[in-house]
Amino acid sequence: MNPDWIAGLIGGMMIGGAAALYLLGNGRIMGASGLLGGLVDGTGRSNWTERAAFIGGLVLLPALLVAGGVAERSAPIAGSGVLVLAGLMVGFGTRLGNGCTSGHGVCGISRLSRRGIVATVVYLLAGGIAVVLSRALGWTA
Amino acid sequence: MKRLMIAALSGALFGAGLLISGMTNPAKVQGWLDVFGRWDPTLGFVLTGAILPMLVAWRVAARRRTALTGTQMPPPPPQMIDARLIAGAALFGLGWGFAGLCPGPAMASIGFGGTPFLIFFAAMVAGMWLFAVWNRRA
Repeated sequence: MNPDWIAGLIGGMMIGGAAALYLLGNGRIMGASGLLGGLVDGTGRSNWTERAAFIGGLVLLPALLVAGGVAERSAPIAGSGVLVLAGLMVGFGTRLGNGCTSGHGVCGISRLSRRGIVATVVYLLAGGIAVVLSRALGWTA
Repeated sequence: MKRLMIAALSGALFGAGLLISGMTNPAKVQGWLDVFGRWDPTLGFVLTGAILPMLVAWRVAARRRTALTGTQMPPPPPQMIDARLIAGAALFGLGWGFAGLCPGPAMASIGFGGTPFLIFFAAMVAGMWLFAVWNRRA
């Protein structure tokens, strides 16, 4: 089997394990955009320490793994202008649609949430269109 | 304190999983999203791997009133498919495809990605803030 598929499956199980721990331990749905968005707009003020602790772990361990040479550093694929545009779209879109890959994709699909399934189909198709567009426009570095 | 430790541990495991799966690698992610071109099906393996533990976790959660730390389990998911969901998912998907980064990997890359990843992260935070401003007026 393709080594990328095996890495994807193992990494995926760690992502799902993290979501399971957060659900059964703290009673929360692990959605990256919601965790951060609640800190940005203040709607998550009541449990900000829990959100900050989650994000702290999320930032720290990958940094240590890359610094220790366990995982490779990745390179960006787009210039600053495209990164700004894409970042704005991801930030606004995930708040408008109330979720991203982790919330709608992992936590939503696994409980057969209609919204999670519909959102995942839509963002995957939109992602496919964006890849075609960015190549046609020469945005991919 | 226990809540914070579980949260930090979940975040760390999430970050390591994102890194190992390749979700923090924009070049790979673009190939995974290239469903209209030379599609690389790795994203299917990542999502399947992630959904498997959660299938079990939701079953366990359904039999318990509260989580380990005493918090109520989340309520059943809303069913409403509205314009906000569709438009939001479409906007998000376009941004994800352009940059090869979604919110989890964008945060996981803060400590090692360098300037371009920080630019994306800052713009994403700005987008979240703009939504909140717009949403208050809408």
